Amino acid sequence: MSTPQAIVLAAPGTNRDHDVAFALELAGAAPRLTLLAELLADSSVLADAQMLVVAGGFSYADALGAGRMWSLQLTHGVGDALRGFVAAGKPVIGICNGFQVLTRTGLLPGALGHNSSGHFQCEWVRLDAPASRSVWTQGLDPIECPIAHGEGRYVHPDPAALAANGQVAFTYTGTNPNGSLDAIAGVCDESGVVLGLMPHPENHVLARQHPRHARGSAAGLGLPLFRQGVRYARER
Amino acid sequence: MTRSTVTFDSPWRTSTILVTSLTLPGGNRGLLFVRAGPYLEWRGPSFASVAPGSRLTIRSRDVDPRSASLLNDAQALGLTQVTAIDVADVVFFDSDLAFEQRVAIEEVLVDPLLQTATWQPPTGGIDTELLPGVTDPAAQAVALAARTVGLPDLEVATGMHFDVRGDIDDVTVSLLARRLLANQVIERWATAPIAPSFIDSHATAERSVDHVAICDLDDDALLTLNKERGLSMDLAELHAVAEFYRGSGREPTDVELETLAQTWSEHCSHKTFRALISTPDGTQIQPLLQQLRACTDAIAAPFVVSAFVGNAGIVTYHPGTTVAVKVETHNHPSAIEPFGGANTGVGGVIRDVMGTAHDPIAITDILCFGPTDIPADELPEGVLHPRLVQSGVIAGVADYGNKIGLPTVAGAVIYDPGYTANPLVYAGCIGVAAAAPPLPGPQPGDLVVVMGGRTGRDGLRGATFSSATMDATTGDVAGASVQIGDPIVEKLVIDAMRELHGLYTAVTDCGAGGLSSAVGEMAEGIGAEVDVTIAPLKYPGLRPWEVWLSEAQERMVFAVPPHHFEALLAVCARHGVEAVSLGTFTGDGVLRVRAGDLQVLELDTHFLHDGRPQRSMIAELPTPYRGEPTLPECDDLADTLLRLLAHPDIASKEHIIRRYDHEIRGATVVRPLVGEGHDGHADGVVLARPTDTHGLALGIGVNPWYGLTDPERMAHAVVDEAIRNIVAVGADPAKVSLLDNFSWGDPRRPSTLGDLVMAVDGCCAAALAHTAPFVSGKDSLNNEYLGSDGQRHAVPPTLVITAMAHVPDADLVVTPDLKRAGDVLVLVGTTAPEFGGSHFEMVGGRIGRAVVPAPDADAPVRYRRLHAAMQTGRVRACHDVSEGGLAVTLAEMALAGRLGIRVETLPHDHAPTAWFAESNGRLVCAVAADDVEWFVAALGEPATVLGVVTDDAALVIDGITIDDVVMRTAWKGAAQ
Repeated sequence: MSTPQAIVLAAPGTNRDHDVAFALELAGAAPRLTLLAELLADSSVLADAQMLVVAGGFSYADALGAGRMWSLQLTHGVGDALRGFVAAGKPVIGICNGFQVLTRTGLLPGALGHNSSGHFQCEWVRLDAPASRSVWTQGLDPIECPIAHGEGRYVHPDPAALAANGQVAFTYTGTNPNGSLDAIAGVCDESGVVLGLMPHPENHVLARQHPRHARGSAAGLGLPLFRQGVRYARER
Repeated sequence: MTRSTVTFDSPWRTSTILVTSLTLPGGNRGLLFVRAGPYLEWRGPSFASVAPGSRLTIRSRDVDPRSASLLNDAQALGLTQVTAIDVADVVFFDSDLAFEQRVAIEEVLVDPLLQTATWQPPTGGIDTELLPGVTDPAAQAVALAARTVGLPDLEVATGMHFDVRGDIDDVTVSLLARRLLANQVIERWATAPIAPSFIDSHATAERSVDHVAICDLDDDALLTLNKERGLSMDLAELHAVAEFYRGSGREPTDVELETLAQTWSEHCSHKTFRALISTPDGTQIQPLLQQLRACTDAIAAPFVVSAFVGNAGIVTYHPGTTVAVKVETHNHPSAIEPFGGANTGVGGVIRDVMGTAHDPIAITDILCFGPTDIPADELPEGVLHPRLVQSGVIAGVADYGNKIGLPTVAGAVIYDPGYTANPLVYAGCIGVAAAAPPLPGPQPGDLVVVMGGRTGRDGLRGATFSSATMDATTGDVAGASVQIGDPIVEKLVIDAMRELHGLYTAVTDCGAGGLSSAVGEMAEGIGAEVDVTIAPLKYPGLRPWEVWLSEAQERMVFAVPPHHFEALLAVCARHGVEAVSLGTFTGDGVLRVRAGDLQVLELDTHFLHDGRPQRSMIAELPTPYRGEPTLPECDDLADTLLRLLAHPDIASKEHIIRRYDHEIRGATVVRPLVGEGHDGHADGVVLARPTDTHGLALGIGVNPWYGLTDPERMAHAVVDEAIRNIVAVGADPAKVSLLDNFSWGDPRRPSTLGDLVMAVDGCCAAALAHTAPFVSGKDSLNNEYLGSDGQRHAVPPTLVITAMAHVPDADLVVTPDLKRAGDVLVLVGTTAPEFGGSHFEMVGGRIGRAVVPAPDADAPVRYRRLHAAMQTGRVRACHDVSEGGLAVTLAEMALAGRLGIRVETLPHDHAPTAWFAESNGRLVCAVAADDVEWFVAALGEPATVLGVVTDDAALVIDGITIDDVVMRTAWKGAAQ
């Protein structure tokens, strides 16, 4: 199988589905934009896919807390199919709102609270990918990309244990923009196939997208992350 | 099951709340609800039975950041005795919930890692609740969540709870609630526990129609009727209505009268811009709108597809693609409910672009506020504090833009005491579409399809409201005029519309005037018949006129051939968008509205759209001083520069810009913040899809202070500024489209209209000089506030010019941040002692007889030469010179590049003029030392080789050194 099919899942209010689909295409996958209602109506689309992306945005307007309504729909509607997808070892990534959703479904540890600033923030961050279990981040160089969220403060009862268990997949270096515990920007599940992160690597897949491109000092493309996920899905 | 209350004996104002146990009969289960910290007071519960219903109070486990922000606001409003405000969210249910139901709801609503929750009502503190009928996505989500987990349908309302600490009494509490915690336009408050109110889901409305006697009224009675019904018509218009109905042999129905008032409102019909204007000496002036159109026609730019028609201007810069652009104001609603006003302003302008069948790609916002440090007791009665207006407006823009998934890119924020009672909120939107023949328009037999949000009582009479002067009671009476947006619904309509091409013959948005305007406009000349009882409602009980005139958001109206209706419904269903057919376009030229069998409106569309008598108005033209200016004095150039950098208009806006997502879509190539530390202000922004080599630039020009003395020069200056801003980032000055947005005082005052006339003159002259056509515009007049002091407070004449242009190569964009030491700085353009309305004056400079910067006739040629030079890739940085003059420009370039500057040659012998004058047409460019000769030759005279970029952390001008850190502190420290 040369071109893995990636489901890019969008709930009402998801808005970075097209951005991540573009990144996946550049990375060699065949993205398939899928509305939540379509998945709920027929979860067999998951069986045909090799990757799953829970895209960013404001699903259900983030009413009642970011990602809550979407995770509820997933858990009640296609919980088994989703767990089956993960159990089969197919890579899953949740970005921003997708990360919030995956923590609320229990597929990823921890939770995401309001930024310590109390409001939405849009700025570029630098991410390190420490050694972890994640199949997405093996050998990954640091990434520079934007954050765009109001609820991205990562919370976990025992972050040290999480790190020791190889589940901290990304950390903010330099500035910790939102008050996340131990500057955690992304985590994976115990199997390593499910990754969640708050920043948006899909918005830095071309050098021109970097804010310092005009200065000649663009660095840290996000594309390798998607390439790594696609490679894993292909070679698995 | 009864509802249980924990009662404390301590007075509410000193107690805090918050105790629950794990075993209370109310049904709290194993979540940890006890809040840690010094506030916990356990006095033991006693239970009292209250009215049926349940409330869940949800708190953050960690410090809720909203608390700190509220405390800051409270102190800024003068309530310094308040020492803490703790915030919680509250969900109200209209029925008593069983234990298992509470368990299920908590599981859904409460994240144990982040939150604690209790079903116990508080015994003190302040509760707020959204008024029934105000858009409440949270309540809708709770209801959906409850259904998802198998609970029966629940009536839900949401609110907030506040615990206030400090040495405070009931008066303080009331002040705090009214000034800060609850906006009574959309919320109510009470000492907790509030008795929540819910939408009456069983309400019914009489299907009745009233006839309003108008035919036989004398002038006094007509004016009384006008006032009572809030029609905002003048006597000539009332006469025209009365005469029309006398001819028809009947009285108008209430629905007809309201429809006429909406359609003829200043907001919808631009009567001032279409008016016959004469000066006191009898000189006739061509209607202003005609002047702007004539100027666009004269320019005859090949890229203009459609100007001044429909919802937005349309241009094409690239074969196969068209671009729609529109800027709107939402001033009056933002004055009384800043969040909702700005929120729906953004939603409305996005719909304008959708109404041209274009796919929105970006948003702009220009905001004008009163000084945020004005003491609360100096505010006119009934006026919200500018600090709260600002935070509400910014949150409202951010909420809509971020959620709908569009980057908010270009903007400006300015401050003036003239905006204290009348803040101005301009919102713009750009959309793209594959080039296509224009839609044919509604055909007889086409269905009248309304799509998107449901209809409620939101915003009733918004068009007439926004056309009236506000007074101290406006906030009280205008409650129904305010809307809250639901960006997700609008996003779903955008998604659906991408798949609807070819299925409709016409589309427009439901904006001011609601269906009456949207259907009324579409039916012009063709006629339509609709039944308002078919429209999906947010809640029952709306009377026919309310449905017809509601300004409920997120609705579009389509004309759909019957054979395409099924296909359209299928697309809508896939995206979860509601669409219904209210009736048909008839072909007989008559607009008919029914409520079931009852006809409530029958109007000839010809009279509706063309029956309004043209206004005749008098303009007294201003006579600004344009003689020799006095040379200003300045004792301390360095200190003046620092004061300019700290001025709110010039200081860093990073704290605002970062609240908006400007990254989504991955197409923002030049962001609003640029430079080594991503914190310098770009002149304009550039958008280019990742797959495209070319792009679009957007720039803004605004300067009301010039307009106070010389509105004609002001207009010319802001057109020049907007164009300069996009040329600076690499846009092609030969392909510029302009938008004009006027916010003015009451034009019935001849001097105010005279200012407007001269501003339009300036616009036209500047557009012709730059061969940049106006493609769209909007005017918001009557931005006045009748204070309880009996004085009228008008805004300064505020013309916002938006310039959009083609960027041929998005890899050749230029930003203002200096790139490397050794580069040479060249100023192009002429510097003269032009200080009228300058920021030099605002920070205390003594200017004597001053002139507003004059038009620079050479600017258009200069911009084209500069653009050609940029296309070689050899211009390393470029920044325009505007507010604060050359010294501010240089400081900004140095700060953004984290580099220094040494200036050895000044462009004028008189130092304050060289440093701070605001002459038009100037830009500073950085080029490599080897390129200086080439660059100066390419640009032509006048050019001043100012000096060099250095590695030093300082700006050195003519031997005066200003430290980098000192400048940065001034520039960033004044953040409001």
